[in-house]
Amino acid sequence: MSTTTTASPNEAKLWGGGKSPFSSEYGKVMMWYFLMSDAFTFGAFLISYGTVRFSTNGWPNSNEVFRSFPFAPAGVHAPLVFVSIMTFILIVSSVTMVLAVHAGKNMDKQGVVRNMILTIIGGLAFLSCQAWEWNHLFHEGAWWGANPFLNADGTASSTNFTNFFFTITGFHGFHVFSGVVINIIMLIMTLMDKFEQRGHYLMIEKAGLYWHFVDLVWVFVFTIFYLL
Amino acid sequence: MSHSHTDHEAHNAEAIAEIKKVTIILSVFTIIELILGFWMMSMTSVGLKLAIKGTIVILMMAKAFYIVAYFMHLKHEVKNLIMTIVVPLLLFVWFIGAFLWDGNSFRNLRNDYDSYFKEQATIKVEKKEEEPEATKHEAAESKHETVETKKETTKPEPAPYY
Repeated sequence: MSTTTTASPNEAKLWGGGKSPFSSEYGKVMMWYFLMSDAFTFGAFLISYGTVRFSTNGWPNSNEVFRSFPFAPAGVHAPLVFVSIMTFILIVSSVTMVLAVHAGKNMDKQGVVRNMILTIIGGLAFLSCQAWEWNHLFHEGAWWGANPFLNADGTASSTNFTNFFFTITGFHGFHVFSGVVINIIMLIMTLMDKFEQRGHYLMIEKAGLYWHFVDLVWVFVFTIFYLL
Repeated sequence: MSHSHTDHEAHNAEAIAEIKKVTIILSVFTIIELILGFWMMSMTSVGLKLAIKGTIVILMMAKAFYIVAYFMHLKHEVKNLIMTIVVPLLLFVWFIGAFLWDGNSFRNLRNDYDSYFKEQATIKVEKKEEEPEATKHEAAESKHETVETKKETTKPEPAPYY
């Protein structure tokens, strides 16, 4: 009852009605809530991976599994190299996305178009890398329900390793794919002057939030599958 | 009028400087992670390996913080919005602790009471021929056969545990 009197002036202003208490647009707040639910989905996947790995005696060594590189001569093994390229592609595309959002805040249409194109190229490059890696692993005999790799200590491995790998990187790859589609739609809308007519580029910010989330998830997936 | 214009420019430069700073931080952290990963490959000490894995996890969390706080701009949002996002995610602290503990306990129980499970972890499968892997790429049409035979030879019997 006495909340209005004890609240700080700033707080009273925020919750006094007539404006958004989050000082944020509706769609942006909802994008945050969607990303939060998506974070729980990915978190559930990764935690179940961790639980199964902890409940198993042996596990394949990721440096022996992910050691191939496109066009590398047979017998040459380069663990971590290909996946670090994928990681940097995603970081760079995240930076171009920030620059697109920044240009949008300045109503700089040319900047938005240029950086959105770069972000889309980065996303497609990442997807191509992932397609190559999946294809390579498939030809080595790895797929859902098939694990040709042995545990690090030379004992027989279960299919849990490949099942989790393909499910989680697949789910992430699908997020990248839908992010690229969203970015392409945003690019088309920018080129059609939709945001100039609206007077703001808030849609770019929302697409940006989604794209950064995809990058964020890759930080976890990359560390957990390839490094730990 | 000109005053607000210079204000805007100063703010602009500040934002660009922040993006540059975070980009450099993310790249440096990733490079450190990769260096640690390469270093870990030639390592035999279990304790040291665990310490490096812990460091990698800390770097991962730091990268996540920089992406969320600066790239996703959460740090510059109103406190109420930050709290509605961050507080529910604290559930992960419990999730990770509880589920990893549970997995570990399940392994210990199986090793104690399931002798088949324990035995499986001691039988080494003879290392498969390394070289045919290279020829497999060329022989595109016989690919699926090789996959089948490889699967059979590396796994003499289907493992009945998960």
